[in-house]
Amino acid sequence: MSLKRFTEHALSEWMRGKGPQSDIVISSRVRVARNLSGLPFPMLATSAQSSQVVRRVEEALQSAKEFPILAKAELIRMDDLSELEKRVLVEKHLISPHLAEESRHGAVVLSKDEAISIMINEEDHIRIQVLYPGFQPQEAWRIANQLDDWFEKQLTYAFSEQTGYLTSCPTNVGTGIRASVMVHLPALAMTNQLPRLFPAITQVGLAVRGIYGEGSEALGNLYQVSNQVTLGQQEEEIIDKLAGVAKQMIQHEQNARQRLVEGSSIQLEDRVYRSYGVLSQARVISSKEAMERLSDLRLGIDMGILHDIDANVMNELIVMTQPGFLQQYARARLDSQERDVRRAVMIRERLHHEESEDEQLKGRPDTK
Amino acid sequence: MQCQECGKQSATLHYTKIINGEKTEFHLCEACAREKGEQMPGIDGSFSIHNLLSGLLNLEPSFSEGQQQVRDTTPSKGARCSTCGLTYTQFSKIGRFGCSDCYQAFGDRLDPLFRRVHGHTTHRGKVPHRTGGRLKIRREVEELKRDMSRRIENEEFEEAAQLRDRIRSLQEKLANQGG
Repeated sequence: MSLKRFTEHALSEWMRGKGPQSDIVISSRVRVARNLSGLPFPMLATSAQSSQVVRRVEEALQSAKEFPILAKAELIRMDDLSELEKRVLVEKHLISPHLAEESRHGAVVLSKDEAISIMINEEDHIRIQVLYPGFQPQEAWRIANQLDDWFEKQLTYAFSEQTGYLTSCPTNVGTGIRASVMVHLPALAMTNQLPRLFPAITQVGLAVRGIYGEGSEALGNLYQVSNQVTLGQQEEEIIDKLAGVAKQMIQHEQNARQRLVEGSSIQLEDRVYRSYGVLSQARVISSKEAMERLSDLRLGIDMGILHDIDANVMNELIVMTQPGFLQQYARARLDSQERDVRRAVMIRERLHHEESEDEQLKGRPDTK
Repeated sequence: MQCQECGKQSATLHYTKIINGEKTEFHLCEACAREKGEQMPGIDGSFSIHNLLSGLLNLEPSFSEGQQQVRDTTPSKGARCSTCGLTYTQFSKIGRFGCSDCYQAFGDRLDPLFRRVHGHTTHRGKVPHRTGGRLKIRREVEELKRDMSRRIENEEFEEAAQLRDRIRSLQEKLANQGG
């Protein structure tokens, strides 16, 4: 299969789609945790009880034809997937590692564009997730809310008037909502402003964390900002607060980018082109280096230094160069050295395919 | 930003913990976070909350050795969920409830935990449409009462009277549903 064909089938909407402010906000996600009344939470549920949860959701889905956003959704059981297939779903942020590895009778309902994924028998019976490209937390909540209402017509949730929606973990109780945005902050990182920004964010009750990279690094300057509090606030308040803070981060990042252009334009250009050079020529590349270079590349595209490269290259390649994806594309198990080689090939092919497409469309690209 | 523990690695985990109303900020690298057992909410993936929760629960004065001795002599009184069998001790270790009845079984003991994690103990968000009818009505009554006092203050007595009638009819509806 050609890379182009492969990616057409392999990528979710959030990686390919364009959303508002997508030069800084990669994706917006809202997750809602719900449990069915009268059944123990998955941790203590018997096999029969867990399978009953799947059956009830499946029955509810029978009537999904009247509900357009779920009409073509598919229920996939973890037991029917290979280790590799599960890993790819994790890398695409559609299921959690917990669902993939530790759940009993775990399943996921996926919409066709993969914007909606509903995990069954994860830590809670049902976890509705809506994942959109760009900055649209409000829109993601609107859809998650509709899905929740729709399920509630058919399933009776565990709910108490005092504590709200009851969840397995006390950190989710109440609204059961976890909203987050994934932001790309290369200019704030370069100008060393994150140490001032992050404490301000945590002070208003939000959490920040680097999403890629093991151990101590936040690779690719990608951060996830999410709400910590789920009890005692209304859903809209939670979403609005997150959105408000994210808007300020966007503003700060834009200012920092502006100052970079004004202050050290040639150094910035050099950095971007060096990374482009490495990505388009390297024969062996580690995941860490790939993430760093892709971040530079993306910044270069967003700031108009590089032309004729689709800004989604970064979103796509970050996911596609993960171990599961590389192995899926290679259709083979790969050790880490083989993966570094394959990763370099994947990136070269993707960038090359981007160039050749532009050549066809506009003639030779005029790179400044 | 450097990790405040080791001062070497860059911090990737940033959060605020509220203990007894006092906010403390943490900026840790992942290695130190693991070492400290600081797991955090809001994050899917490798981080889980349970260690942090156990920490929080163990801070609670009522959950001291003395308390355990008391519990030994009066076994399971209020400390075990009769539906799923989870004890409060087990809950405080794993940081997860076994079933929705655990909330009721552990009752007021959970309030300090909720206050630490969320700063609140009462749900103010969405209510299920089909099964949450009573709570919806009660919230509407509260809303109408606030509106009514405002009208009275502004001497808009006609509107206030309408609101009063509406409140009465809702309260009757509640009474008829029992409870």
